[in-house]
Amino acid sequence: MATEFHNLQELRHSASLANKVFIQRDYSEGTTCKFQTKFPSELESRIELTLFEETVKTLNNFYAEAEKIGGQSYLEGCLACATAYLIFLCMETRYEKVLKKIAKYIQEQNEKIYAPRGLLITDPIERGMRVIEISIYEDRGSSGSSSGSSSVSGSTAR
Amino acid sequence: MHLGESMRECEYSQISTRSSTPMETPYKKRTPKRKKWETFPGRNKFYCDGRIMMAKQTGVFYLTLVLILVTCGLFFTFDCPFLAQQLTPIIPVLGGALFLFVLGTLLRTSFSDPGVLPRATPDEAADLERQIDYVANGTKGYRPPPRTKEVVINGQTVKLKYCFTCKIFRPPRASHCSLCDNCVERFDHHCPWVGNCVGRRNYRFFYMFILSLSFLTIFIFAFVITHIILSSYQKGFLTALKESPASVLEVVVCFFSVWSIVGLSGFHTYLISSNQTTNEDIKGSWSSKRGKDNYNPYSSGNIFTNCCVALCGPLPPSLIDRRGFIEADAPQMAPPTNGITMYGATQSQQSHMAATTPLLQQHSSEPVIITSSPENGTSLPARASLTLGGPCSSLPLGQPTPPTSTPSLSCHEATDMLPIHGHALNHTHPLQEQAALHHYLTPEEVPSPPGMLHCGSPLGHSHTVQTSFYNPASQDSLHEDSVRGLVKLSSV
Repeated sequence: MATEFHNLQELRHSASLANKVFIQRDYSEGTTCKFQTKFPSELESRIELTLFEETVKTLNNFYAEAEKIGGQSYLEGCLACATAYLIFLCMETRYEKVLKKIAKYIQEQNEKIYAPRGLLITDPIERGMRVIEISIYEDRGSSGSSSGSSSVSGSTAR
Repeated sequence: MHLGESMRECEYSQISTRSSTPMETPYKKRTPKRKKWETFPGRNKFYCDGRIMMAKQTGVFYLTLVLILVTCGLFFTFDCPFLAQQLTPIIPVLGGALFLFVLGTLLRTSFSDPGVLPRATPDEAADLERQIDYVANGTKGYRPPPRTKEVVINGQTVKLKYCFTCKIFRPPRASHCSLCDNCVERFDHHCPWVGNCVGRRNYRFFYMFILSLSFLTIFIFAFVITHIILSSYQKGFLTALKESPASVLEVVVCFFSVWSIVGLSGFHTYLISSNQTTNEDIKGSWSSKRGKDNYNPYSSGNIFTNCCVALCGPLPPSLIDRRGFIEADAPQMAPPTNGITMYGATQSQQSHMAATTPLLQQHSSEPVIITSSPENGTSLPARASLTLGGPCSSLPLGQPTPPTSTPSLSCHEATDMLPIHGHALNHTHPLQEQAALHHYLTPEEVPSPPGMLHCGSPLGHSHTVQTSFYNPASQDSLHEDSVRGLVKLSSV
């Protein structure tokens, strides 16, 4: 459907931002970082459910790994305390390492899956870990027709 | 007359050379890139180019520092030589290590980010408002929009409150610190003695600080007394006191500190072992007095596990990126990256908006997140006490987004909105004044229902506080895109 973008650069230059969808946090398991896997209706026409769910689930797994409380994190905590936290000047925490992995994953997902569909995921860390922001782009060339059709479908659905 | 004219001419030419549309590159080159801490909306102070973050009032922190430094200084100068000779040199070494640890943890607690949650970007805030509207629209007649969400965490129902200042639903255990004007994750309390809030990211340092300070205080107290006693065997009590008057001062300071600091350490040890925050304990959130089934959903049940989690768990990174640069494209605290709506707002020409709104509405209600005309008067009463007033109320009709993140919403009394709004009105950030070009439709255009007298304040609130941090320098690359986008739409 809609527009074909071949890479992120093209997306940025030739498309205009139409809308943003926000995937909120899921607090059912406490304060650990987890995002809701519910599929937002605005994306129904843009991307398959399975791809979306896989992205969110993978992100959730990454965050769970970062916040996991186990042997390694205890070791890191005790070592840090013993060195009066000076050790963090030399090495980065496990959380930061996982955040880098997440950034890389999101970049990869954007390039391979989301940009070709006119979507862009913003890393949650840039939104204070509150939401996963997915920007929906419309191609300027066909903005009239495509957005027109989406509004029609939107209103009929209601 | 001529002079005046020529002066006016000069002035005019000065102004014309200075003024530049944001799209001109010289303007961009002239302004250096600013860091995010410079436009931070909370009431914090930053030092060392954003590396150090403290609360606004730091007087008591300096008092703490002076007390510790002076007492320890006196101890090392006057008591340690005697003790090292008479007893063992390990005493000053141990004392020195304790002192350094206390100082280190104090500085770490005071200077680090306690876990501040960045405020919602305007898009997020708009999205939340829409979702709240959607639920409110379903109810008949006037009903104040719900401002709480309920979540079930480990079998316990927890209410998440909406923060009017930060425009987010606070995560569980987060709280808004009125002194620092920030929402802080796992908010414990605001400690004036350390000059900062104590939250998720610095709680362990705070605990280490008070624990080590208790040991240090007891250590100094004990050894100063030992010193006096040993000297008085040799020289007599009064002579001993006269020879080291500093010891008297130390004893007095330590005596009074011991009670409070040791007490505080004990209290926080209890809190850590039961995985509660000071905030929760004071409110009695998980007390069994509230109900038979009331229990703490965050506690693992095991004291040891709770302690390990609090003290040795992973340290989350700071969410506010103080030292990052404010960039035009990157999504951050400055205005968002939408092309169409932002441009419509920066122009701030209502005629312009009027021209585009019918066109925008044709296409999709989504882009019109903010700028649609308030055609739907019926939903307004329900939205009267919201900051946005009318405009967004028309949107849910075009875009039936079920509130994906709101499993159940409960109603709030309209009356509690008022004091909050009044409170929020006072927190206008200087940069927000520049956002006269905010991208919500001006309240005057919104036909507010006659009975809603308190509409004035929330709508006024949206004017001043709302749009955040208009940074002209960041608009440049946005502008081109947005101009193209808007031109395209208007030509259709």
